[in-house]
Amino acid sequence: MFIKRQLRNIDVPPSSEITPRALFESRRDFMRHVAVGSIAGGALLETMTQPVLAQTPGAQKLAAKANSAYVVMDKQTSFKDASSYNNFYEFGTDKGDPAQHAGTLKTRPWTIAIEGEVKKPLTLDIEALLKLAPLEERIYRLRCVEGWSMVIPWIGYSLSELIKKAEPTGSAKYIEFVTLDDKKQMPGVYERVLQWPYTEGLRLDEANHPLTLLTVGMYGEVLPNQNGAPVRVVVPWKYGFKSAKSIVKIRFLKEQPKTAWNVSAPHEYGFYSNVNPNVDHPRWSQASERRIGEDGFLARKRKTLMFNGYSEVAPLYAGMDLKKFF
Amino acid sequence: MNALRNLKPRQVGILKGVLFVLALLPFVRLIAFGFLERLGANPIEFITRNTGDWTLYFLCITLAVTPLRRLTGWNWLIRLRRMLGLFSFFYVVLHFMTFFWFDHFFDIEEMWRDVIKRPFITVGFIAFVLLIPLAATSTNAMVRRLGAKRWLWLHRLMYLILPLGILHFWWMKAGKNLLAQPILFATIVTILLLLRMFFKYQSRKTS
Repeated sequence: MFIKRQLRNIDVPPSSEITPRALFESRRDFMRHVAVGSIAGGALLETMTQPVLAQTPGAQKLAAKANSAYVVMDKQTSFKDASSYNNFYEFGTDKGDPAQHAGTLKTRPWTIAIEGEVKKPLTLDIEALLKLAPLEERIYRLRCVEGWSMVIPWIGYSLSELIKKAEPTGSAKYIEFVTLDDKKQMPGVYERVLQWPYTEGLRLDEANHPLTLLTVGMYGEVLPNQNGAPVRVVVPWKYGFKSAKSIVKIRFLKEQPKTAWNVSAPHEYGFYSNVNPNVDHPRWSQASERRIGEDGFLARKRKTLMFNGYSEVAPLYAGMDLKKFF
Repeated sequence: MNALRNLKPRQVGILKGVLFVLALLPFVRLIAFGFLERLGANPIEFITRNTGDWTLYFLCITLAVTPLRRLTGWNWLIRLRRMLGLFSFFYVVLHFMTFFWFDHFFDIEEMWRDVIKRPFITVGFIAFVLLIPLAATSTNAMVRRLGAKRWLWLHRLMYLILPLGILHFWWMKAGKNLLAQPILFATIVTILLLLRMFFKYQSRKTS
């Protein structure tokens, strides 16, 4: 809390003031052409040209007011890295697959069904969802369970705003997010890697925590398809896979929902999956992480912070053995 | 086909040169990708996986030489095998160094903890260590020093190294149920080993 209070007074450039993407990308292209020209001939060049991204960057601007309570002093990850290095298995299991294949995802029309233990079950159109509360820009750290991390300016509002509208009943204890699983739009749904549709979940108090962001954009624009368009959640103190993408249904439940990775490998991925440097993944240490893009080639990995640095969520887990409830 | 059976030493030499350049291409590609910023958002992961893949490819190709020679009668193939084996070692050294350098920053103690604690790293590490004596005894002088019999015996370690390497890859992929590639590798190696057993059985019968 102390750190956060300090940060409020520091000027952080909004993402719109950072070099426009079109500009720095054209600079990079230029550099690349110079490099290519001086190194290699035509045949080699053919295999090395950039793959075309599914969604041309620079799509649709999204106005949002920067929320100075949620900033990170670390350098932001570039839009290019954040939109080309993704885990979104509905579009393939390689990190580059979502950017290449998510072009088939249709984000309009789009509705979210809100069901279960609520007084007002409703189906919300994406346009209505965008107007449900004022959009904020928040810069969050994102820590993937695989040991890498990014810093991303998201756009959205606290999920609690939507929960308020839905009026959960007293017996609602958990919330479940269901991702679209349309084979026609999502080529990866044919793979038997996970059970489809992808589901994720939170305890209701976690979902109501102000940090939990219902997210519709990033870097000043609407979400690229590969990042979970048109609407996803971002839960910054948990490993990335907890932040369900392309949500079509939100259910309020009495019991803890089954979540995709937990079903697939229960000993590796717990329901809580809070970022925790003291609890290793069975196949690798979680004590450190590689910051994408920022650290440079030869830099050491950085230490992973408890709750990914969001210590304000610690009271949610008071008295819990986080080694057991990993 | 007959022309390929009896290549002149000079022709084999040229072939060897071509193969050397081809085998170096994956490495050149990595370097070029590095300069062209084509290693993606996570270059270390890219390099680790790429060099691991190429280690397995070269180990399989090396193991395929003898069965292929028997099937085709192209006896000169055996003259390419040492180089292929050494390229397997070249790529596994790159693979290991990426891990040792960029994952552990030359901290031996920390690396050792990782090797002991995590089975998929343990088996990969054992396979790597077992390859070292094979690379070290690859020269003609070492073959003479060891004697052909002992040398052959030592180099049968390949039958252990390759399954360990595949197990390493298998366990790496298992967490995400992505087993298509490891299964393909395992199938190829099983076929190659069965072919060897078959040829051995045959030559015993004839002799």
